[in-house]
Amino acid sequence: MSVAEAPINEAIKALTAKDFATDQEVRWCPGCGDYSILAQVQKVMPTIGVPRENIVIISGIGCSSRFPYYMNTYGMHSIHGRATAIASGLKASRPELSVWVVTGDGDSLSIGGNHTIHLLRRNFDINILLFNNQIYGLTKGQYSPTSEVKKVTKSSPLGSIDHPFNPSALAMGADGSFVGRTMDRDPKHLQMMLTRAHQHRGASFLEIYQNCNIFNDGAFEIFTEKATKPEEVLFLEQGKPLIFGAQQNKGIKLDGFRPVVVELGNGVSADDLWVHDEKDFYKAQILTRMFDDPRADNHLPRPFGVFFESDRLCYEDAMKMQIEEAVAAKGKGNLDKLLRGNEIWEIL
Amino acid sequence: MITRFNLQRFNGDFRLTKITKTELFTFNLANKRIKMRKEAVLQDVVIKFAGDSGDGMQLTGQQFTNNTALLGIDLATFPDFPAEIRAPQGTLPGVSGFQIRFSSDRVFTPGDLCDVLVAMNAAALKSNLKSLKPGGKIIANTDGFDSKNLRLANYPDGINPLEDNSLGSYELIKIDVTKLTRESLKDFPELGVKERDRAKNMFVLGFIYWMYNRSLENTINFLKEKFGKKDMILQSNIKVLQAGYNYGDTTETFTTRYKVEKAKLPAGQYRSIMGNQALAMGLIAASEKSGLPLFLGTYPITPASDILHDLSKYKNFGIRTFQAEDEIAGITSAIGAAYGGSLGVTTTSGPGMALKGEAMGLAVMLEIPLVIVNIQRGGPSTGLPTKTEQSDLLQAYYGRNGECPMPVIASSTPSDCFGVAYEAARIAVQHMTPVILLSDGYIANGAEPWKFPKADDLQPIEVKFKKELAEGEERYQPYARDEKLARPWAVPGTAGLEHRIGGLEKQNITGNVSYDAENHELMVKLRQEKVDRIADYIPEQKIDTGAEKGKVLVLGWGSTFGAIKSAVLELTAQGYEVGHAHLRYLRPFPKNLGAILKNFDQVIVPEINNGQLVKIIRDEFLVDAKPYNKIQGVPITKSELIEFIKTFL
Ligand SMILES: Cc1ncc(C[n+]2csc(CCOP(=O)(O)OP(=O)(O)O)c2C)c(N)n1
Ligand code: SF4
Ligand SMILES: [Mg+2]
Repeated sequence: MSVAEAPINEAIKALTAKDFATDQEVRWCPGCGDYSILAQVQKVMPTIGVPRENIVIISGIGCSSRFPYYMNTYGMHSIHGRATAIASGLKASRPELSVWVVTGDGDSLSIGGNHTIHLLRRNFDINILLFNNQIYGLTKGQYSPTSEVKKVTKSSPLGSIDHPFNPSALAMGADGSFVGRTMDRDPKHLQMMLTRAHQHRGASFLEIYQNCNIFNDGAFEIFTEKATKPEEVLFLEQGKPLIFGAQQNKGIKLDGFRPVVVELGNGVSADDLWVHDEKDFYKAQILTRMFDDPRADNHLPRPFGVFFESDRLCYEDAMKMQIEEAVAAKGKGNLDKLLRGNEIWEIL
Repeated sequence: MITRFNLQRFNGDFRLTKITKTELFTFNLANKRIKMRKEAVLQDVVIKFAGDSGDGMQLTGQQFTNNTALLGIDLATFPDFPAEIRAPQGTLPGVSGFQIRFSSDRVFTPGDLCDVLVAMNAAALKSNLKSLKPGGKIIANTDGFDSKNLRLANYPDGINPLEDNSLGSYELIKIDVTKLTRESLKDFPELGVKERDRAKNMFVLGFIYWMYNRSLENTINFLKEKFGKKDMILQSNIKVLQAGYNYGDTTETFTTRYKVEKAKLPAGQYRSIMGNQALAMGLIAASEKSGLPLFLGTYPITPASDILHDLSKYKNFGIRTFQAEDEIAGITSAIGAAYGGSLGVTTTSGPGMALKGEAMGLAVMLEIPLVIVNIQRGGPSTGLPTKTEQSDLLQAYYGRNGECPMPVIASSTPSDCFGVAYEAARIAVQHMTPVILLSDGYIANGAEPWKFPKADDLQPIEVKFKKELAEGEERYQPYARDEKLARPWAVPGTAGLEHRIGGLEKQNITGNVSYDAENHELMVKLRQEKVDRIADYIPEQKIDTGAEKGKVLVLGWGSTFGAIKSAVLELTAQGYEVGHAHLRYLRPFPKNLGAILKNFDQVIVPEINNGQLVKIIRDEFLVDAKPYNKIQGVPITKSELIEFIKTFL
């Protein structure tokens, strides 16, 4: 019986968030969104039913990537951009482990972009937590591949001219089998999304909007603050119509392939709205493309939740199957036979 | 399968070959025809098969190699092919060559010059004539010397070397291989011209088999395996092979056949082996004998890809091969697997090594076992992808940021790759360190007979995982050390040993992040000392050949082994005081190396680079070692080396 299949024993159930904290001093700036994410991860971990020793957190480099030091599990703080590749090798060889990648927007989409898309297409059963603060925090404030055009930073005093990535659309493009978005300032939603990411068998790509109060304060304010959140955020729920607004009076309808905002009432009811289906690959593409600049007129609200989930063979399972098939077909490898080869001769 | 050479089955009838010293009588039992041919017994032959890269010369050479090996004849090969899979047909850059030397004596190199040159076209003749011995044989495919081929090979208008007596000092054998191949396939009307012509190399191979008195059996078996499902292709290839053989047999012009006797190799069972193949087997053996599952993270690159190809064939050994998205993912995935308790391996060549640099540093900081294989090729940059060079030694030594010491070991012959791979894995897991293994294109693709070991004879590789806290141990200390200075290996899944590691500087013992100044200096020294101490766990350096002390020590590493050994053997026979030492362990050096250097008046270091080991030797031992360098993408030859060494005698 593999460890993953083992019944959740009482000892694991009895663990609390505290058991997942370490004695290391947490070194993020006071007020950093990373604190909230750490707290939610520590809360969720005791509930997922995996023994602490079977959890591995691998990070790259960046503020966010300090994360493993604060989690009392196995962990590796590796090198910039490569956490996804390291995790791939670990998961391939130890499929029974619960492997998590913690990465920043620079770490996963700039220097490590290549490994991120390849992990997704291969569909390792790994959970990627992308802390998106739309800035390079650790190197003290340069624009990142998710920073908006015209952003003024230390390295873009006249405004950035780089067109940003849309991370969830990128993940869909790389055939991610679970694509979702959440935010540091909504602990409940974050916890729910962490659980969902864990439950999904296959690569989970979870983008977490994270406030860097030092170098990019308020980047996601419009989505996280009470005053604007209801109008700007569209929470996705499986099987439910896409409704948002402070009065829950607005919805999203599809006009051909184009999502449009409609007011409920006046003959428009929830029945006329787009009903969310995580399994719908085509509609997920449209959802992830709802990425309007919230400062623009007539912009669409931004969706949060699970855009897409699908069942697809995991790389590590396929790899294991091939090995089992090879053993079944040829028998377990015999070293003497291998060394001998097919043709030998003898010198007397 | 053990091949005996007395009774052979050819074309369905039996042929009894009885060998006397100088003559061979062939009794063709079926035809009741007795033919008498002169047979010359030769000791040492070098053949070069050369043709367009589409002519199948590599396959021809490999087949002849296996055939030779099965007879117990010693051999060494040197495949030499263009970087482009299909360089423009008929041109000089498109020439592909395969050199084999075989002998009833021991051979250590594929030979400086060849006795026989097979030239499938004009370009092949032009680019290889300089390496043919005076009086050597040229077997030329006349069809490859038509006006178009002559023009492509840059012969002046109207000049055909086969016709103008310019080859008068050689023995020229002209055969219209194309025409004879097509003719022999006239019973295969379904085959197109292209398919027919593709079998040309089989005609040549058959002819050479006749010339050297060989059986067609192993090649027929090979063809059956290769084309088993395509009967027509199989039958046509066999037909052409036999046609080539019969051409030699029936054409009266060829009156002499040659024979090379078995070599006096140490008793035992042998097989033929190529470098990369041996390397892959060494890794598998290390995995089996250590009980660690093998994980290969890699990205294809010449001349290292064959290791990936080979290992991916052996999934029934539980091997995981991961063709990553690039070299960085190749090594980092292997680091991930090693972190999880696998024998992590990454394979590449020079440019890939450059990409792996940062991750190698991580492995050094993590103090995690890892085998990093560099099959060197000509550099820098893309350089000479298919040519050999030893130019990454300094990179292996110093090519990373920070004080980043790593053990470096090197293979010296194709079969040596087995032991070196095994040893690299042993050092990695027992000393908790990444290890760099250097081989090169020449060794990787070269073949030689190998007295393969029995699994039971291989020294087991003991691995100690940390499974629990020791008595009185309150918490796990990931950077505590044993007498080797190796840290404990505790893998995820081990309850009670949860810990975090990373690329930031570690506090001694606890492994916590530390920016403390003195701690950093201590850790730098500890990491160095850990590598240095490996010298206590490796064999002492031996003199391979020649004098133990005296005038000149020729000190080599890697693929120069055969050339140096042959040169020193010859000089020793001439009475000179020369010794040859060949380094397998390049970092750390064997403990007695300094003492050996002192036993000689002069140290010479031949290398296929611009002088790399020589720099390190001078630096470490303060001796005035003299470099001998060749940087032409080809091996150093025995004769040029002898000439150089003699200037010091
Ligand atoms: C190879 C390499 N290049 C550059 C750096 C410097 N560096 C460290 S973190 C970082 C960017 C971090 O940004 P992000 O991934 O968004 O993480 P954040 O700090 O915002 O959480 C850079 C450029 C490095 N450590 N390694
Ligand atoms: S710089 Fe920004 S992201 Fe980094 S710790 Fe400080 S607030 Fe957080
Ligand atoms: Mg960032």
